[in-house]
Amino acid sequence: MRIDVIGRFQRLRSAIASYLAMGMLLGIFLAASSQSSFAIAAFARKYGLPCSACHDAWPKLNNFGQTFKDNGYQLMNDRDAPIWQNPSYWPVAFRITPNWDLENTGRVATDQAPNGQSVTTHGFNLSGLDILTAGTLNKDISFLLVPSADETGAFHFESAWVRFDNLFHSSWANLKVGKFELDNLISEKRGLTLSANGGSYQLYHFLPFGDSNPYQFGIGDNQMGIEFAGHSKNDYTRFSASLLSSNDGNVDVPYGSTYDGSFTFSTAFNAGSLGLQRIGAQAYIGQAPTYYLTSGGGDIPGTGKGNHGFSREAVFALLYFGKFDVTPLFGHGSESAYLANYVSTGGMPPVLPAGSRDPSWNNFMVESHYLFNPQFIMTYRYDAIYMTQQASTAYPDDAGNTTANTIAARYYPFMHSRAGFALHGEFSHLNQKHVFSTTTGTLQDVSYYSVFGGMDFIF
Amino acid sequence: MNAITKTLVSMSFSLAIAIAVPALAQEPPGSGMPQPIPQTPATHDFTSHIGKVTGHADHGKQDYRRWCVGCHGPYGDGNGENAPWIDPKPRDFTAATFKCRSTPTGTLPTDDDLFNAITRGFNTSNMPQWRPLTPQTRADLIAYVKTFSPRWKSEKPGTPITITPETPVTIDSIARGKALFVKLECWKCHGPLGRSDGPSAATLTDSKDQPIKPYNFSTGGRLKCGEANADIYRDFMTGLDGTPMPSFADNVKPEEAWDLVHFLRTLQTTRPSKENEVLKAAGGKIPDVPPPAAPAQENNQAPQQEQKSPSSGK
Repeated sequence: MRIDVIGRFQRLRSAIASYLAMGMLLGIFLAASSQSSFAIAAFARKYGLPCSACHDAWPKLNNFGQTFKDNGYQLMNDRDAPIWQNPSYWPVAFRITPNWDLENTGRVATDQAPNGQSVTTHGFNLSGLDILTAGTLNKDISFLLVPSADETGAFHFESAWVRFDNLFHSSWANLKVGKFELDNLISEKRGLTLSANGGSYQLYHFLPFGDSNPYQFGIGDNQMGIEFAGHSKNDYTRFSASLLSSNDGNVDVPYGSTYDGSFTFSTAFNAGSLGLQRIGAQAYIGQAPTYYLTSGGGDIPGTGKGNHGFSREAVFALLYFGKFDVTPLFGHGSESAYLANYVSTGGMPPVLPAGSRDPSWNNFMVESHYLFNPQFIMTYRYDAIYMTQQASTAYPDDAGNTTANTIAARYYPFMHSRAGFALHGEFSHLNQKHVFSTTTGTLQDVSYYSVFGGMDFIF
Repeated sequence: MNAITKTLVSMSFSLAIAIAVPALAQEPPGSGMPQPIPQTPATHDFTSHIGKVTGHADHGKQDYRRWCVGCHGPYGDGNGENAPWIDPKPRDFTAATFKCRSTPTGTLPTDDDLFNAITRGFNTSNMPQWRPLTPQTRADLIAYVKTFSPRWKSEKPGTPITITPETPVTIDSIARGKALFVKLECWKCHGPLGRSDGPSAATLTDSKDQPIKPYNFSTGGRLKCGEANADIYRDFMTGLDGTPMPSFADNVKPEEAWDLVHFLRTLQTTRPSKENEVLKAAGGKIPDVPPPAAPAQENNQAPQQEQKSPSSGK
């Protein structure tokens, strides 16, 4: 027994030594790789400001960056129009993340285990590619175009808009037209998490248990429409109101011809040495169809009828305590029973099954960051969604309830105005209650986790 | 987990160590290139006072590295990594020479002057308006900027000049201002119509021998040191140190300075102003022979400025 213990200790010591040696080698590599790059991030290159000027840690904006964005990608120093730029300047940046990724699903029905088994996959991978081209077409006319590919190279337009800034010489009047991210100040698009489970905010995409409507709305999805927005000169107070097509940002009007509304208001105040604190509220009110005209039995895209409503409301805060910040969000969601109890009707108005109700739920998210220095930031996020009323009396009270924990670290070996490079590590764990298994026809609690390590770069 | 998975997780753990060790030991970012650590004076010796806000250089150092170092450089000498690509060049803080001051030429500016400069930014340059930064952050930055020059240790800021009350805007005042514009030879640099095309314009250099252009009034763009008439008045009387624009405090009486301000506003043809309204009402023509000016009232009260200190609220 004693010999076994010594042997174990020696193996453990050997393992630790090898880890440390590997760590030191990688550390040396990282230090050596901290060299200036000729690759250029578009705005940093245009204005000669380091990434850290606009970002707490890119892509997360600080208040200066938010003001720059709200001004229509302008610093407002009469050098914003492209006529002032060196003719060789081209406002394009590319972002992609080569990574190693491990994904585990706690209960997957397989031929070998019909009642479910834990399945783990892992390997080297690529994220999608974002081609970010943005800036000004002229003074007070700004644009953003983001052709974006998934990891297979299939492209779509993530964003494409033109914005008329400072109408009537007022920062309170700005009009944006096209496809754009909703004015989510706790922005999923600018999140510091990348993994399959941790890379999205659960509450921005949640749909109630049993909802199989082909219309799958997500407040985190970019939408198409017009946005009227305004802000004070220092951006402390800001608002936005959007009129959007009820198509979840998809082109060619696949669902219906109705419109949604999105509204955001926030105000910030100084808390002395703690920094700037912001509180706000947002709401999204929308409609979605419940049946379609058909041809040969198939739904005709864009002919959605029988619209019923859904809504998302939230209050949020961005609270800074020196190097530590916390962004809590409390939200509520609800949908029409017709949307949540969707049954394909072959072109006829749906009839609700017995026991159908309007589902509603509350959600809570808190994301916190600790900025050790502008080059190293750690993130922790907790997501929780709890149903307050199920879409059917037949469903368990907690069906669909979701909790997620994500922790991530990002290190930027260099930080200047030519390119961005981050080493990213992340772990995320997600639990969902009563997931329906099509194999067994039963409800099962399922957990998922992701381990992710990548090199996130933009140039 | 199988053996391969364990190995890969171990590698991830090692990578995390590799990231964390240099990251936690990291100095805040400089230019992105390996550089020696700047030898600046002890930062705790430097503070700034903006209204009720006290800035501390210790805090400002971090902020400077985040927002300013790319242009002004880790040594504050204006040689940041972006300096080669920037025109006009970034300010060299080691010389403690500042354009926009309320203090006489050759003296150090007040903390409020620097606060207003950071807040306002500099039009037609790469220096943006830093209004989104909290007053505390801006005050901290001012305190840190002082660490770059020994002048802040040995000298006190100058006493702000007195700005007399503005005289009425009349066509006669504009005419007197035009005569003064000719007499003082402002046109040699700014051009007869204020279009930055005077005979000397192409030859001008700043105190670091960098080419510099005089302000082009015809664009109507924001003036560097503030938008109000009082700000233009102050520019004459203090001069823009480090540039060819001298102080006229010894050559121009206060009432004459206001006449000059009124005339210069008419050169901003694209910008609505009371002066342009007066000129339009007079048929758009400035009389050639102006009447003498009435003596100005003595007044030690400076008019309210557009820029406000934090103590004065939003």
